[in-house]
Amino acid sequence: MTAFGKLVRTTAFRLTLVYLLLFAMFAASLLAYFAWNTRRLITEEITQTVNAETSEISEIYGRRGLRGLVLAIEYRALRPGANLYLVTTPTGQAIAGNVGSLAPGVMATRGWSETAYRRIEDTDDRDHRALVRVTELENGFRLLIGRDLAERRRLFGIVAKAAQWSVLIVVVLGLGGGVFVARRVLRRIDAMTGTAQRIMTGDLSERLPVGRSGDELDRLAENLNAMLERIEALMAGLKEVSDNIAHDLKTPLTRLRNRAEEALAKSGCEADYRAALERTIEESDGLIRTFNALLMIARAESGQARGNMDDFDAADVANGIHELYEPLAEDDGMTLKVKADPTPVHANRELVSQALANLVENAIKYGKPVAQSGGTVVSMEARPILIEARRDGDKVLLSVTDRGPGIPEADRAHAVERFVRLEASRTLPGSGLGLSLASAVATLHGGELRLGDAQPGLVATLVLPARLSAGDRVAPPIPDVPQKVA
Amino acid sequence: MTAAERTMRLLIIEDDRESADYLVKAFREVGHIADHAADGEEGLAMAESGDYDVLVVDRMLPKRDGLSVIGALRDKGNTAPVLILSALGQVDDRIKGLRAGGDDYLPKPYSFAELLARVEVLSRRRGGPAEDTLYRVGDLELDRLSHRVARGKDELTLQPREFRLLEYLMKHAGQVVTRTMLLENVWDYHFDPQTNVIDVHISRLRSKIDKGFERPLLHTIRGAGYMIRDGIR
Repeated sequence: MTAFGKLVRTTAFRLTLVYLLLFAMFAASLLAYFAWNTRRLITEEITQTVNAETSEISEIYGRRGLRGLVLAIEYRALRPGANLYLVTTPTGQAIAGNVGSLAPGVMATRGWSETAYRRIEDTDDRDHRALVRVTELENGFRLLIGRDLAERRRLFGIVAKAAQWSVLIVVVLGLGGGVFVARRVLRRIDAMTGTAQRIMTGDLSERLPVGRSGDELDRLAENLNAMLERIEALMAGLKEVSDNIAHDLKTPLTRLRNRAEEALAKSGCEADYRAALERTIEESDGLIRTFNALLMIARAESGQARGNMDDFDAADVANGIHELYEPLAEDDGMTLKVKADPTPVHANRELVSQALANLVENAIKYGKPVAQSGGTVVSMEARPILIEARRDGDKVLLSVTDRGPGIPEADRAHAVERFVRLEASRTLPGSGLGLSLASAVATLHGGELRLGDAQPGLVATLVLPARLSAGDRVAPPIPDVPQKVA
Repeated sequence: MTAAERTMRLLIIEDDRESADYLVKAFREVGHIADHAADGEEGLAMAESGDYDVLVVDRMLPKRDGLSVIGALRDKGNTAPVLILSALGQVDDRIKGLRAGGDDYLPKPYSFAELLARVEVLSRRRGGPAEDTLYRVGDLELDRLSHRVARGKDELTLQPREFRLLEYLMKHAGQVVTRTMLLENVWDYHFDPQTNVIDVHISRLRSKIDKGFERPLLHTIRGAGYMIRDGIR
């Protein structure tokens, strides 16, 4: 495509053409209105003058008779810039006035008409035009008084010329402006295209140029940059996940392998083999769980699960999880309580349930009350693990509060990261992915996971927006899968 | 592993030779008849010609995708229960699989005990109407309409969830029911908890129905799950 072709094809240029047309039409109609009005004004003025003179002369005729009339006409006709005058006898013979010739039939019709004429003193052959009024006097004499229309025509000519010029100026300026704007836009778009191409070839750290004007292109560039930021973060996340998988899954895999090797090398009896194999299965189950959790987090973080959203009551989820874990907590010597108000939410129910389950499992695992400085253990009855569902403004809060040692403020951000198991919990089983999964689920819904101090203890809160905006609902909620009858 | 009480005819449609061989062998060892198809087309042809109790279908197959095999079978009016095996284990994949006409969905990697338990439940479902209103195992009775549970002459008081747990176990009396199956069918959750939360519920239930009775009915099947059955059978 040639540079000119490219220019002409830009939206800016095409828009300019449209505006050009609109402005030209506007200018033309403005001038037309002006011309028409002026013409009307001049016509009115002529009409008034002619009417006044007609009545004056009729009066003269009435008072002084034909002689007076002729005298008055001759006198008036000699004045510079005089109007047109003509008096005819009943037989149609001209007896006074300055009109040399008229279009035929003008004198026969009474009232107003526009006609071609020549003055007596005119030397050229050109016809002039005039607006005339013919009145019948007593005794069949007729009087014509009129005024030349050259003035009106001249004015009209001025307006027409102005129209030509203004349209020309509009077109020239408009085209010039269009080319200027189109080139400017084109240059910026070309710059963006260039950057985009560089990004596509692999340099994700490039960013689109953003101007200072804050116009739509700048905003577009800003948004695209934000998108690139997100893509870069996702890519980094992906890399982190694969690094973590490599690092944290290789450790148990190595252990697994070592045990198998050891069993092969040392044991002789079936019981040893059996024990080794059982531990191998256990270990691989743990690996699978970790792997599933990682995939789940990656999926939640990439936003893929956004499709399966539906409307439900967060209180149901809280009650369901409470019901599921209550016996487990009790077996561990703790009390699990739930306090849930009806809290409608639009979310992925399965993921929210799992996130809440993770928080509860964490609370049961790590939330055992510690001896206070005074040496007294806080009574469990007074301080249970509490699952809460409530609404706070435009947020839905699902929180789990335990009375354990809590997480020091400095460690909280760190605790959400994958595979992080704080010092205190290294000896307990678990993949170290519970909080990161909960956090990923909250992020997926446009919310966050907050860790706070329950003094003492940890309060972990899933903050979800009460309702996602319509645009975020990519897919219609999937209806319940028919309950399979097994 | 307990020997099968009733021989099933199974078709395994799985392209990975080694997993397929392992499954065929394992099913035969517990007394079932298992055939193998290595791709979607072959699987569809075999499923149509043979009368199988349960089809075990891998989701990703050469020549014809697993879900499309199921769809074709269902279109032709074949109602044999289908268990989908898949490396895609996420909730939405599961929903897709069940919508395509699958009856159960098991993500890879799976344990054979889990697969066997699910296949047996599926085949039983086909075997006859399990929708009785009264379940009876030994002297334990569960009335699904009046929600009454009694063992011998003793009326038992169960929490609603304990009732549903027992109901599910008794519906599949004599069959192994895994922890995941319980979590899916009684609680309707599809994630695996990192804790032994199901075991705790089972032990509560056990203390209500077995405690103080001479003969226990609720058994733990090591490495697999649980089973309710009358000890002497």
